[in-house]
Amino acid sequence: MMCEECQMKPATVHITKIINNEKTQMHLCEECAKQKHISFSTGLGAFGFDDAGFSVGKLLSSFFEPAGQSPMSLTDKLQCSRCGLTFQGFSKTGRFGCSQCYNTFKGQMNPLLRRIHGKTYHVGKVPKRTGGQLRIKHEINRLKGELQEAINAEEYERAAVIRDKIKQLGKNKNTK
Amino acid sequence: MGVENLMDPSRIKWISSPGPDSDIVISSRVRFARNISDVPFPHLLSEQEAKNIVSDVYSTLKNNTVFSRDIELYNMNELSGEQKTLLSEMHLISLDLADSKNGAVIVNQDETVSIMINEEDHLRIQLMLPGLQLDEALKQIDKIDDLLEERLDFAFDEKIGYLTACPTNVGTGMRASVMMHLPVLTMMDQIGQIFSTITQVGLVVRGIYGEGSQAKGNLYQISNQITLGKSEEDIIQNVLGVARQILMSERKIRQNLSGEARIRLEDKILRSYGILTNAKMVSSQEALAYISDVRLGVDMGVIKGLKPSALNGLFLMTGPAYIQQMAKNAMTPMERDLYRADFIRQKMEK
Ligand SMILES: [Zn+2]
Ligand SMILES: [Zn+2]
Repeated sequence: MMCEECQMKPATVHITKIINNEKTQMHLCEECAKQKHISFSTGLGAFGFDDAGFSVGKLLSSFFEPAGQSPMSLTDKLQCSRCGLTFQGFSKTGRFGCSQCYNTFKGQMNPLLRRIHGKTYHVGKVPKRTGGQLRIKHEINRLKGELQEAINAEEYERAAVIRDKIKQLGKNKNTK
Repeated sequence: MGVENLMDPSRIKWISSPGPDSDIVISSRVRFARNISDVPFPHLLSEQEAKNIVSDVYSTLKNNTVFSRDIELYNMNELSGEQKTLLSEMHLISLDLADSKNGAVIVNQDETVSIMINEEDHLRIQLMLPGLQLDEALKQIDKIDDLLEERLDFAFDEKIGYLTACPTNVGTGMRASVMMHLPVLTMMDQIGQIFSTITQVGLVVRGIYGEGSQAKGNLYQISNQITLGKSEEDIIQNVLGVARQILMSERKIRQNLSGEARIRLEDKILRSYGILTNAKMVSSQEALAYISDVRLGVDMGVIKGLKPSALNGLFLMTGPAYIQQMAKNAMTPMERDLYRADFIRQKMEK
């Protein structure tokens, strides 16, 4: 078997990975494997969080219509004013150029995020220093859920305490 | 300071001190992806801009009383390829960072914290602890994140959370993973079935596979795939719950193994022990497989007098880059296998 990267040398490094039930195999010569930093996949180095050999970009680009199928649409003309990335550029690599890109390609974000995550809204951590108002908003929402739980469980004392907390937070929000 | 300092197994927490459930769970890792707002992502940065980020992050930590005396900075452009491979084997950097010419990593004293700078995102903060303690890892990484955020403006959007170079990380920017040693589930061919269940709940499994696609070392890493629409705590609980289920079934079949099956397994364990204590040459692939058997033997009481933590250490220290760095001078593959066999024999005698 020849190396699938350079097609020049016999493949001596064989890698099989099972990600999401999907088996992916790579057959490489030692040099190409080294270039991909996977000659040591026999060691613990194989456990990265993201796989260099299996690009996310490829995965992402398959989400989009193949380029050139439709006439130049508005989407294709979109370009980030901060870093210059075009939407086409993004769909090729799957990577944005800067945080401003998320704003530039806003119209395309929801279907993409839904494909990847199943959701389009963040519900987790908010930065402490810069996220002041938003933190309070999230906290109030969380407490409202807790309040409902308390009421459903007929724990009225607990509900009263939570209701006071919500009131207090609401005040803080308005004074800031 | 050279990377050699990082190799001392007694300072590496996930090797030197056992954690909860560490008979089966080797380590727990949590990673946050963060970016500085209004600065292009690393692949579009000039050298100077990239350097500025490294020094901003480093000085933020240096100004903190807890971290100031506890951290070391390594610039990728000052390391050799072999040294970078070593750091990746040690889980301190990723392959992407090794390739990033303006990349750097900050590592703390017990190597539980590593902060990669100018990888795919400006910051990839990682926290690694021994055993199954993702919740504790989340607590600790949260503090480091807060500390950095006191001085750095992170790119954050009200609606979609922390902004990352790749939309697969957006939201929490978090990956949580556990590395598990599952020799008996693997041997009983039950691993495939378990994995197909795992992927249905949005988790990813990775194993080390060699030729013939048999998992070497019976080590598996389970991590979350989705980063948006769930809180950090919920994601952690999801991974924790699945890891607990898997480790209980691994323990259960170990206990229930009897009769011929048990004899065959004990025979396999003792043969592997025999090889590691006698062989003249051991390749890195063989090492993983035999160390896995011996690790199981220690957990099952078949082999006595060896510490599980010593074997966790061997998983790392028999890796190609680690062996190469210990030997210092360049070696042929044969010399490496000789060196490895020698090294393992010494460790087993202790
Ligand atoms: Zn090749
Ligand atoms: Zn941009």
